Formats: sequence, C-alpha cells, structure tokens
Amino acid sequence: MAARFSVTFLLACVALCNLQVYHVSGDLDQAKREPESFTEPNEVPVDEKLEKPSNEPPIVTDSKPIEEAQDDRQWQATEEEAMAKPEPGDDTAPPPPFKDEFKEELVIRPLQSGDVYASFQFSTLWDTDFVQGKRVSHYHLFPKSLGQVISKFSIRELHISFTQGFWRTMQWGQPFLPSPPGAELWVWFQDTVTDVDGAWKELTNVLSGIFCASLNFIDSTNTVQPTASFKPLGLGNVTDSRFLRYAMLPREIVCTENLTPWKKLLPCGSKAGLAVLLKSEKLFHSSFHSEAVHIRPVCQDAECKEPSWELRQTLNVVFDVYTSGQGKKEWSLFKMFSRTLTEACPLSSSSKVYVDVTDNPEGELFDLLPVSPLLDQAVVLGDRRTYVVYDLTNRDTFGSTRSLNLLVRWKADGGEMMRPLLHSERYVAGFGLQTGEIHTLIYNYHPYRAYPVLLMETVPWYLRLYIHTLTVTSKSKENKPSYIHYQPSKDRLRPHLLEMLVQLPPNSVTEVTVQFERALLKWTEYTPDPNHGFYVGSSVISALVPSMVAMDTNNTQERPLFSSFFPCKEESSYFARVYTEPLLVNLPTPDFSMPYNVICLTCTVVAVGYGSFYNLLTRTFQVEEPSPGLAKRLANVIRRWRGVPEL
Amino acid sequence: MAAPLTLVLIVAVTIRAALFRSSLAELISERVEVVSPLNAWKRVVEGLALLDLGVSPYSGDVFHETPLIIYLFHFLIDYAEIVYMIADCITAVALYLAIQHYNKNVFRKQKYALEADRYPHDCLELMRSPKEMYYIPLQVAMFYLWNPFTILSCVAKSTCGLNNAVIALFILCTIKGSALLSAIFLALATYQSIYPLTLFAPALIFLLQRLYIPVNLRRPSFWLFTSQYAFMYFGSLAVIVCLSFFLLSSWDFIPSVYGFILSVPDLTPNIGLFWYFFAEMFEHFRLFFICVFQINVFFYSIPLSIKLKDHPVFLMFMQIAIISIFKSYPTVGDIALYMAFLPVWNHLYRFLRNIFLVCCVLLACSALFPVLWHLWIYAGSANSNFYYAITLLFNVAQILLVSDYFYAYLRREHHLSHGLYLKRKDGGEATLVLK
Repeated sequence: MAARFSVTFLLACVALCNLQVYHVSGDLDQAKREPESFTEPNEVPVDEKLEKPSNEPPIVTDSKPIEEAQDDRQWQATEEEAMAKPEPGDDTAPPPPFKDEFKEELVIRPLQSGDVYASFQFSTLWDTDFVQGKRVSHYHLFPKSLGQVISKFSIRELHISFTQGFWRTMQWGQPFLPSPPGAELWVWFQDTVTDVDGAWKELTNVLSGIFCASLNFIDSTNTVQPTASFKPLGLGNVTDSRFLRYAMLPREIVCTENLTPWKKLLPCGSKAGLAVLLKSEKLFHSSFHSEAVHIRPVCQDAECKEPSWELRQTLNVVFDVYTSGQGKKEWSLFKMFSRTLTEACPLSSSSKVYVDVTDNPEGELFDLLPVSPLLDQAVVLGDRRTYVVYDLTNRDTFGSTRSLNLLVRWKADGGEMMRPLLHSERYVAGFGLQTGEIHTLIYNYHPYRAYPVLLMETVPWYLRLYIHTLTVTSKSKENKPSYIHYQPSKDRLRPHLLEMLVQLPPNSVTEVTVQFERALLKWTEYTPDPNHGFYVGSSVISALVPSMVAMDTNNTQERPLFSSFFPCKEESSYFARVYTEPLLVNLPTPDFSMPYNVICLTCTVVAVGYGSFYNLLTRTFQVEEPSPGLAKRLANVIRRWRGVPEL
Repeated sequence: MAAPLTLVLIVAVTIRAALFRSSLAELISERVEVVSPLNAWKRVVEGLALLDLGVSPYSGDVFHETPLIIYLFHFLIDYAEIVYMIADCITAVALYLAIQHYNKNVFRKQKYALEADRYPHDCLELMRSPKEMYYIPLQVAMFYLWNPFTILSCVAKSTCGLNNAVIALFILCTIKGSALLSAIFLALATYQSIYPLTLFAPALIFLLQRLYIPVNLRRPSFWLFTSQYAFMYFGSLAVIVCLSFFLLSSWDFIPSVYGFILSVPDLTPNIGLFWYFFAEMFEHFRLFFICVFQINVFFYSIPLSIKLKDHPVFLMFMQIAIISIFKSYPTVGDIALYMAFLPVWNHLYRFLRNIFLVCCVLLACSALFPVLWHLWIYAGSANSNFYYAITLLFNVAQILLVSDYFYAYLRREHHLSHGLYLKRKDGGEATLVLK
C-alpha cells in the first residue's frame, strides 16, 4: 500500500512540475486566516466581485497576485484534462495526476403546494488518505482548508449543515438530505484521537472561522454523544460513541456570510457550472434554505481495499414561486435564480440538471421547456421517480442561445402528493414558568406495516427533565420503548440526552411526553433578550421506513448523487431522518437591573440577624441610669473647673 | 397523658390522609415553599427511575438525596405516604417525650434552687408551676403535628419530614442521656443535610451537665468525655458514609449531596435568602459570598455555646432556628421543627417585645408567598422582585422571632439572679438595657 502511495505521490509531483501549478505549502494557520477575511463586516461586493470575470484561481487555495499568470495555464491544463477524461475505461490513457473527480448536479422538484424544491449537490472524490500519517500538501479539486482540518483533527467523518427555515414534511415530502433549523454539526473522530473533547473544541472554532458561523458557541452544554442515532455514513463500522460528537445550534441565523465561504470550497467557485445560480439575493428570498458539507471516506473501487475521500456539498432551497410570482405557478431558472446556465464547470466530470416529472408522465400537468430526450429513473426515499436529465457537458443542451433556462408552464392543477410515511411534530405544553411538558408526536402513515424509529432528544440543562414522567403512547395504549438511553444533565456542563427505540404501529400517532422544570439561571447566563425565550434543538427521528419500491442496492456510479447518500442494506426499506421543530421555551427571569439592590438588601437582612445576635451575645443587662439634663451637665463642668463638688 | 396525645396523633393522621387523597396533594408537592431541590419527592422518584434505567442517580443534577434515602424508598416506594405520616408521628412523640423529661429536670432544678434560697424574693412570679408545665409536651406535639407548615411538608412528601424525625430522635436520646444513641442520630442528621453538625455543641454540653462534668478546658474528665462523644459521633458518621459507599459503590454522592448544599448551584426560588442573592451575584464575588453565607450558618454555634453553656436545650433550639433561617435550601418543614419548641418557652411570654408584630408578619408572608408566586410565574404581572421581597420580610420576621426569644430568655435569667423589680440608685423604677 505504501509503495502504491509513494508512486502516486511521485506522479503527482511530476504532474505538478509539468503543469506549473503553484506550489502551496502552508500550514493550517494560513487556511484558518484565509476564511477569517470573510468575517469582515459589510463586505457587500462579495458577489459582484465574484461575478465579474477575473483571473482568480478556480481552486480556492491561495490567491497571491504573483501566481495569477500561472493560474491561467492551470485553467487550460485542467480543462484539457477534463476533456481527456470521458474515456475512463481506456487503459492506454495516462493516469490523471490527481486521482480526483468533481461532479455537480441540480435536482428540481416542483411541489404540489406550488413551491419549487431545488437541490444542488457537488461531490468531490479524491483517492487519497488524509490520516495515514502522511502529510497531504498538494491539493487540486479538494479544498485545502477542509483537507487540513481532516488531517489535523484526525476526522473520520464530518457533517455540517446550516439551515434557515423549517422543512415542512407534510407539504413538501421528504428532502433528499434532511437538516434541522439552525446549525448542526456531527463528527466522527478516528479512534487514534485521545483527547476527543479537546479536538472537538478546537475543531468547532476552526470550522467557525471557515464557515463564518457561530459554531464557537458549541461547548459541552450543547454537545452530546448519541449512542444509536448517528452512525458513520462512510467506510468503517465504528460504533463506539466515544468518538462521536453531535451538536446543534437552533438559533443560528444563516445568511450570505455563510454562503460565500461555502461557495469558495467549490472547485469552480461560483463562476462556472451550476454554482452560478447561487446568488444570495435570490437564495435567501425563499421559504427554506439549507447548505451542508459532508465529508466521509468511501470505497475507491468495487473491491473496497482503499478509501477515497468524498466531500459532498449540498444546497437545498425551496422557492415560494406561487407568492413571488403573483399567484402564478410558472417558474424558470431565471425567475428563481435570476441567472441561466451557460456552461458546466470545466473541472467537473459530470454536470447534470434533473427535473422531477414523475407526476407528469404524459405532459398533461405542465410543459417543460426546452425538451430534453434524456430520461432517468431512480428510487429515491422509497419512491420510484422519473427525471428529465439535462447534461451540461453536452454543448447541444444549451441550444442556439448558448444558455439553458428551464421553464415550466402549468396546464392543470397539481395532482396528489404521496403522503410521507414518517412525520413528526413537537410542542411544549403547560402554562406558567415553573414546569412544562414536551410532546413529540410521531406519525406512521404506512397502512399496514409497523416499523421502529430511533428518537433522540437533546434538551439543555436548564430544562430539568424528569425521566420518570416519560410516557409513550400509541393508539391510546402504552408503548414501551425497547431501548432507552438516557444521560441526565449536569448543571452548566452537559445537556440531557434521551434516545429511545420506539415501535410505531401501522397508521398511528405515537405520542412521547416528558415533563420538565424550568430553572432560574444566574443573571449573566441569560441571552441578551431573555424574554424571547431559549431554543431547544430539534429532536431527531431516524428510521428505516419500509418502501413500496424495492431498493436498488447495486452501488454503481450511474446512480444520481441525490439517491445514494444513506447506505441502505435492507431492500424493502429506506433510511429516513426527520427533524422536528425546535422549541422556544421561556424561563423565569430575575430583574436584571437589580444586582446591587439585591446584594444590599440581602446583606442587610443577614446583618439584621447578625447584629441582633451580636448584641445579645456580647452585651449584658444593666439598669439604665437616666442621664442628667443639659443645664445640670454644664453646671457640673463649671463646678469641676472651679474645684467645687458636683451637683 | 397518653389519651390526649393519641387524639392529637389521630387527628393529625386524619388530616394528612385526607389531604393525600385530595387533589391538593399534587398542587402542594409543586410549591417551592414546601419542597426544595434537595428534598422534593419528585426528585426522589426520579432518582429511583434513574436507578431502574441503570444510570447512577448522581450522574445528573436532579437527585440530591443521600444513598440511604434511595435504599429506604427502594423498598418503601409504594408506602411513601405511610412512611411520611409515621415520620411526623415519630417526630411529635419524640419531642413530646423529650420535653416531658426536660420539664421534669427544669422543675427539679427550680425546686433545689428554691430550697437553697438562690432566687431573689421578688422572683416568685417567675417561678414555673407544675400546672402550667403539665400541658407543655402535648402543646409541643400539637404545635408540630397541627402546624400547617408540617402538614404541607408531609403532604408534599418532602424528605425534610424524615430529617426532622432524625433530629427529634437525636434530641430525645440526648435529653434521656444516651450518649451513643445521641451521637448516632446526630451523625445520621449530619449525613442527611450537614447543617445539624452545629448541634454537636449543645448535645455535648447537655451530656456533660448530666454527668456533672463542668465545662472546664483544664479538666481531664471534660476532655475524656468530649473525646468519647466525638469518637462516637465521627465513628458513626464514618460508618454511615462508608455504608452509603457500599450501597452504590461510588463516592459520587459526596459532591452531589454535600457539594450541592454548600455551593448552591440550583437557584430555584425558595423561602431562603440564597437563591435571588446568588442569581444576581457578580461572578467574581460568588465564591466569596458563598463562603460568607455558609460560614454564617456555622459560626453562631461558637458564641452561642459560650453564652448559653448552662442552657443546652435552649441552645439547641437556637441552633435549629438559625439553621432553618440561614441554610441554603430552606423549606417550611424546617421552620416547623423549631416552631414546635415555642410552647416550651411559654414562660418567656412576658418578656417578648414584638411577638404580635412578628406573628402578623409571618402570617401575612405565608399568605403572600403563593399570591406573589402566582403573579410572577403564571400571571406575568409581577416579577421576581415581588417574591424576593416577601422572602426577605419572612426572614426578617423569623430573625426577629428568634432573637426576641433569645432576648427574653437572657432577660429572665438576669431577673432570676438580680430580682424582678429592679430599683435605680435614686429609688425609682429601673429599666433594663443592654450595655
């Protein structure tokens, strides 16, 4: 293995010299410093700057002006390389210098509610190993900032998502990649890491810089180690949850400053390919917006002897075209993104746009223009869907106008949406600021099959859960969970973690309730707007949902990216993860203007106690002799002065 | 005497049983005045539930009872109501017997002193008659059992009732003169809530007095008995703590119980002084003030022991009162214990200065607690300051009550040695002042 790696390395070096790719050998500090520059407030022209055609390198690594001349060459070189690629089966072709590839994909699914769901997926696959003790210092398509993070912190898997808005499962169906409102981060560390908590703390701070987000607010009070809900999605079958850290920041606001660093991780930036559509002024004018980065090791080939690293960047957005289009459901790429597609990313080996036309097999519901002859079928989330495919690497796709603007004209009202089989709701019951009750409702809409779900609740320590009040009822009968993992909270140290395996009877609602008590905090522990309330992160429901369609387990490269994320062993079911609503809970507050007064008043009371006891302890009873009047005292002073006996 | 006591007990048990069966029980058990994080029944149940789940009850921050309580309720969880009623009855009976015995001693001492003509002649009206002393033990039992505070505490199943029973048994054993049992119960009380540690001094003084050993640091007999008693006390404490260790085979309970009492991390409102003070405290002064407030509880035992070295039972009352005022998580159950002693000091009534005012304030505050709590927590029309103000007033009233009794006791003692009607030098009627 080592020999093979050194050969690869040598080849890489030769290729580097030939192509005169600038040599980057920075340490992590450099990578850290770089994204920090995004934190500059009011960097308004970010998008404009990126828009105008410039000579900046497509690979986000370093951008020193001296190297600009070389960058041009790299553009062409890689383009040639990408062009030479289409025959991967050809043995005579020279091995590419970097064994990596980049694919991009956009899936558009018109929703029955009149909204349009657009899901971007960008996948970078690199046949290298960050964790074999070898320093990887030459980066091609893989972003260097993340590569360094992986090797520095010995990460096995990293999943991070930033979401604005809440995914409405009942209206929109299941998303390809679910994510909770706010920020979510979960990381599997290699089992060589000794100080996992230290690495986690440092990692969150580094990621906070890279993604320009407040991930540095992740500390021990919102980090948990789920035992069952979050298994590695890539290679390796680790189950020791000591190396897993999971945190959620439900209050995180996602905006342009998070999108820009995310876009910079793409090999083409936002200058070519599908990423040109990612304009923040449109993306954030939507009902739902979620961007995510997933890094995991995957099999290099069918034999799966060596790992390769997959970086998958996804961006999901739901546009409310109905409202913004003055009551019309018509949509087009230009309407949604205010851009059209003109080319594929030159660095990509595959660049496709899929439009879900399952509900429209004969074109009776809407017309999709321009017409594409390519059709694809895929089983996604237990449902067989039909897609019209636009291959952007094919020049014909763009037609005579040299731009692709997908257009949908509705002819009739939408048909029935298949109701998602798994759905959940959550709310806080009770009134007043003393106690409360968290209700989680899990719906199983499957008509005849029962299946188990894993429910994970993370509740901050200031809501003191009483586990003995936990009740699980389905169909008004008690439904005893077959597995419960409960970790009680420690004040100011760690949150409650409740994981349980519940069997959902067919066509039923399962209600999970647990009571809690609201704590009074120290006045410095409240947020600046304490009466707004405190957020409790979404609970996570993970399940193998039985699907109507047998799942295709043949893991070939032909499958669209969005259908192949969660590994699925069972043919008859698919993996689904549902996030419930985050909760907003009010806590009793002290009077924030009172610290001095309270300290003074309480100390006064203690002093009253101390003083009265002190008085009684140290003094004795004595007969009071009345003091003489003023005139008499004056007379006595004079008499003493005169030497006469006093009165 | 047994018949009236039985009647009192039956009435008390009936009231409790009726309340347990009513819908009020649940309401009462949620009241912050009645239960604190330290002794709430809900948390005991939670601890047992955690144990059933295979999680150490001390791994979280909900359960703060000692392992012996877990062990007790592991078997008696279904009979909890009976356990609490029995605990209250034990407390009442123990106090009844203890005060009966104490009054006998007091009367005997008074008789000897009268025979030795040690009192001034005008002090006859300060002398206590067997007639008025006859009903005092019954009054004590009544004061404990029928006190609304005790009833609330019992109906809420606050473990405070159990602690009170242990302390009452300790008092009984001390007054009966059983040094070993006294040490064991004191160790048990200390183990439950640390603060009864300050009762060591009065118990020691009482036992010394009983054996006619003078409190003299130069006497070897004094040191002999002191070390004996201390050995019994610390020995049984060590045994109990080790027993707890073997019950759960971990020391987790030490920080979770005693660390919790001493460092006051839970700021749930209660009737004490700590919660709002430490919610509003500046972070860098927190440790300092925690030390000051905790030392405050223990510190009084030294000067009080010196001042009241001839009156250990009154000293005991003072200590219990100070603990219940200044402890970190006080509840009304603690107050009920020292209030049960008030009938014992009936004869001080003529020297109390502001008993009427204090009683009015205590009654008004007790009524205002739920009102202002409702306004703050449920109606949202008041804020925390309202409830805090009432706790302040309530504590001032308690302090005044205790210091008033202290004053009256000292004054009576002064009169017993100097005569009741004191004259000035010029022959006028004198007024007594503290100087």
